[in-house]
This record gives sequence, C-alpha cells and structure tokens, in this order.
Amino acid sequence: MADGTSTANRWTGAPPNGWDVLKRNRVAMVSLWFLVFVALSAIVIPFFLPDALKTTSDASFSPPMSESADKQHVHYLGTDVNGQDLFYRLLMGAQVSMGVGLVAALVSLLIGGVYGMVSGYAGGRVDGGMMRLVDILNSVPSLLFVMIFISAFDGHFKDALDGMRLYGQEKHWQWLEKFGANLIPYSRIMILVIALSFIQWLTMARIVRGQVLVLKELAFVTAARTMGQSGWAILWKHLWPNLSTIVLTYLTLTIPAVIRDESFLSFLGLGIDDPAASWGSLLKDGAQVINPLDSKWWLLAFPAGLMSACLLALNFLGDGLRDAFDPKSND
Amino acid sequence: MLAFILRRFFSSLVVLYFVVSLTFLLTTAQKGGPFEKEKMTATAKAEKERKYELDGPKWWQLARYQKRLLLERDMNVSIRYGDLTVAEILAQKLPNSLTLGACAFLIAAIGGVAFGFIAALRRDSWVDVSAMFFALGAISIPTFITGPLMIAVLGLWLGWLPIGGFGTWQQLMLPSICLGLPFLAYVARLTRNSLLDVMSQNYMRTAKAKGLDDSTALLRHALKVAILPVVTYLGPMAAYVLTGSFVVESVFNISGVGMVFVNGIQNQDPFLLCGAVIVYSALLVFFNFAVDVTYTFLDKRIKLHG
Repeated sequence: MADGTSTANRWTGAPPNGWDVLKRNRVAMVSLWFLVFVALSAIVIPFFLPDALKTTSDASFSPPMSESADKQHVHYLGTDVNGQDLFYRLLMGAQVSMGVGLVAALVSLLIGGVYGMVSGYAGGRVDGGMMRLVDILNSVPSLLFVMIFISAFDGHFKDALDGMRLYGQEKHWQWLEKFGANLIPYSRIMILVIALSFIQWLTMARIVRGQVLVLKELAFVTAARTMGQSGWAILWKHLWPNLSTIVLTYLTLTIPAVIRDESFLSFLGLGIDDPAASWGSLLKDGAQVINPLDSKWWLLAFPAGLMSACLLALNFLGDGLRDAFDPKSND
Repeated sequence: MLAFILRRFFSSLVVLYFVVSLTFLLTTAQKGGPFEKEKMTATAKAEKERKYELDGPKWWQLARYQKRLLLERDMNVSIRYGDLTVAEILAQKLPNSLTLGACAFLIAAIGGVAFGFIAALRRDSWVDVSAMFFALGAISIPTFITGPLMIAVLGLWLGWLPIGGFGTWQQLMLPSICLGLPFLAYVARLTRNSLLDVMSQNYMRTAKAKGLDDSTALLRHALKVAILPVVTYLGPMAAYVLTGSFVVESVFNISGVGMVFVNGIQNQDPFLLCGAVIVYSALLVFFNFAVDVTYTFLDKRIKLHG
C-alpha cells in the first residue's frame, strides 16, 4: 500500500468511518456538546438551588435579575404569575421535555425496530400486509389521535395506579404502595409518553425494514442460515448490529419530533399541566401574557430561546449523523 | 386508472369508517362519560344519556351513532354548544380554517419551490448556505414559538400588521406566514436536494452542451423531474398544515375547526369531536389520494397499483 508505487489517483485508504465523518462536522459536534451541557445542567443545577426558589412566592412577574421577596436570592430569569423562579422552572421543564423525548423515542425504536425487522426479514406477503398497516396508520391524523387517546385514558390510568397503591396497602406490600403513590403525580406524563411513542414508530419501522431488505440478501446472512441459526437469532445477532448506526441516526431525529409534539399538546393545554412544567406549558404561560401595555417578555423569551436552541441542536446533530451514516438519503 | 381510483376510494372509506368508530369509542370511554362534570341526579343523568343515545352498552351506542351517520347522514348535535348540530358548527368554523390553511399551503408550496430553486442554482454560495441554515431553523422551531414572537415583534413592537381578527388580507398575513413557514422550509430543502440530484444526470449535461444556460436548463428539464418528491410531500403537508392550524388558531385567536377540536376534547363532547375528526380525516385522505393521481400525470413512468 504505502510502497510508493500507488499513483495519486488510485484510492488505497480504508473507507471513511462514519464516526470520523461526524467528528469533522463542526456544527454537529457543537450541537452535541451543547445538548450534553443542557442535559447535565437540567439534572444537576436544581440540587444546588436554594429551596426558597422552588416554591411559589408573592413576588409574581418580577423581571430578570431582581431580588426575591426576602432579599436572600436573585431571580436570574424573573418569576411567573405564581412567583415561581423561572430559572428553576425552565430547568425542570428541560428535564421533563428532554426526558419525554428520549423515553418516547426509545419506545418507538423498540416497537418500530422489531416491527421493521420482522417485516423486512419475513418478506413476501407478511411484509406486504405489515407495510400496508403502516401506510394506513400513516394516513391517520396521528396528533389528533394522541389528543383523544390521552383524554380517554388519563382518568382510567390514574385509577389503575391508585388501585395498585390500594392493593399494596391491603397486602401490606409497602414497596408497591409507595411505588403507586409516587407514580400518581406522573400519570399524565406517562400516558403522554405512551401515546407519543405509539405514533412515532412508523418512520422507524419503515427505515429498519428498508435496511433489512438490503442486508438479508448479503452473504453473511445466507451463511448464518445454512449453519442452522434460527430467524430470531439472525435478526438479533447479525442484522441488529448492522442496523445500529442508522437506528441511532433516526433516533436522534425522533427526539426533537417527540419534544415538539409534547410541547404542542402542552401548549394547547392537553399535555403536561401544573405544577409540573415542560417547555410547552411554560410557553403557553408566556404567550398568555404578551400584550402591548405591559410586556412580560422574559416569560416568553427564555423558554422560547432554550427550546429553539435545543431543537436546533438536535436537528443539526441528527442531520450530521445522517450525512455520516446514511449518505444516500437526502431529504 | 378508473379501477385504481375506485379501489383507492373504497379503501379510503374503510379507513375513514374505522377512524370515526375508534374516535367515538375513545371519547365515550372517558372516565365517567360526558355527563360526569355536571352535578345531577342519577335519574337526570340517565334521562340525558337516553336523550343523546349514549345509554346502554358501548357497541349499541356505536351502532346507533353509525346508523345515524351512514343512513341519515346526520352527525348528531353537540352536547356542550347548546344543542347546535355538529354540521352547523362545522359549517360555521370550517371556512376560516380552510382559508388559513389554503393561504399557508400556497405560501409554503410556491415559496418553497422558489427558494429551493434559487438555492440549487447558486449551489454552495453564501445564498445557498444561509438559506439552508435558515430552513433547518424554520423546520426545528415550532409554530407556537414563532407565532407569539411574530406577534410580539411584528404586531406589537413594530406595529406593521394587525394581530387579531380574521377576514382582511392583512389580518390573514401573520397567521398564514406563521403556519406556512416550517413547510416552506421543508419544501425548499426537498426541492434543492432533488434538483441537485437531477442536475448530475446525463441529460442535463446534454441540455447544457446544447447551449442552454443554467437557469433555463433547470427550469425546462430538471424541475419537471425534481418536483416529484415535492408533490409527494404536498399531500401529507396539507394534512400537517391542517393539524398545525390548531396552534396558530389558538395563538392568533381564530375560531376555526382546530379550536372546535380542542374544546371538544376538553368538554368531552363526543359527537362534535367525531364530526371534527371526520372532517380532518376526510380532507387528509382526499389529499393523499389527489397526490397519487397527480403523480401519474406528472410522471408517465409511474404505474399505479392500489
């Protein structure tokens, strides 16, 4: 190779690794570090904030950098209508929004990945039927259904959790009772996650299927089959590792989609409600108080800024990943 | 062709039927039912349930609703809006939503193709890079951020455009730009990428070799092929525009179907909700269908099989 005989126009190197391509993409790397920074701040900083800032107070609508009512602390980003510190609310909102995005994307990956792999690997009539179902589901206005789904099952879900708590109480299983009691305030978020992951798996299924259709014709799959491995083993051991980068790419693109949908619902008042906060519900509060007479700009500007920056970063990162690992796709 | 249209038509009807039935089941499955919030005695509640045909087992409620819908073409009445019929409410609100949606759709489709065309023409120049950077921003940032910001800046601060009301073109401008912007960006990206793909084809080289300049070659030969992915996207886009109008309607205080839908959910109003879902799903199914048909006219190489 490096003997000097190779001419300049003959390419002798190894094909570029996707990770190297990604590392050269400066925008994507900046986005990645920014997201890590935001996620870490959202998890760590609330532990160090004084408790007085975390509750409601009389100082409603105080502008940024103003002192709190007892002159002990500073509201860096101002307060909202209930006198809650916006900085703290914003971080909690980031926890909820990013958490919902990540979990729903992972669940959609689980469903879509398995569905796509089975469909692609089975091929023929099974594949046709399964993809037909995806087409039909795709032609249903999914967000409308999420709204109806949440409102239909929210009450029942809460009841089920409460039932679990009571069952634990009855049987003197303290852990179950505690578990149920701890989950009840989060029931709305959980049902939101379930609903959102159920609509997001369609794209994933399609992409995984397409990839499996290509991969299953390759020699190593035939070899595995002749050696007597079962279909499931081939899927899990041989196809899945080859799918992981493309799956990671679309996972990164699913997260902002979920975050956007969640905020959309919360903005309309159908998603996360008080006292929990997400970027969408914060924006709803912010949008309600813009008026020409007395501008409370910080309630809108800071959540909008942070959310836009995070969504942009996620999309840049996803685009970078796609350029690196799925160069043929362009959309 | 006719067979295809008929087949697609019937499968659409089947989809619509299931969507509506599922919506009905889900909304009536809510805990306590539609009459839970009102304080009333058990007999009064039973009386109301009988009046609205919401008594008895679930399948029987559904069967009666379906019979009413299919045979009498009656969407029943809204429980919360003082017994106005669903058809009346929708007929009153639908024009607003459709006007808004059509404006946003036109802005997105025309503007998107134009921007994508310019970006492809000036490939890798600062125009292209900044346009695509801007496009990714517009795609990532949802309308409930851009909407209030546009109101705050363009409406309140600069005072250029009215922020409320509905009817005149000035009043229509902010909401439709706000609604159309992300789709414009997406169409622009799609157009640019697919134009760049087509430009590397041999027949484009031939066209240029014959002496056509870049823009004529793109306009005459490339755009016709490159527009196909855009056309495919227009169907779903119409649907997304309709769903997106929920937020825009709530931000700009426009009384359209989106608000009816949101209120219907919050008030547990099953018939009204089903009516809104029928309208939305029917429009969506229709747009997807229209795109498939348009496709065959644009590209004779594509054979349809439904």
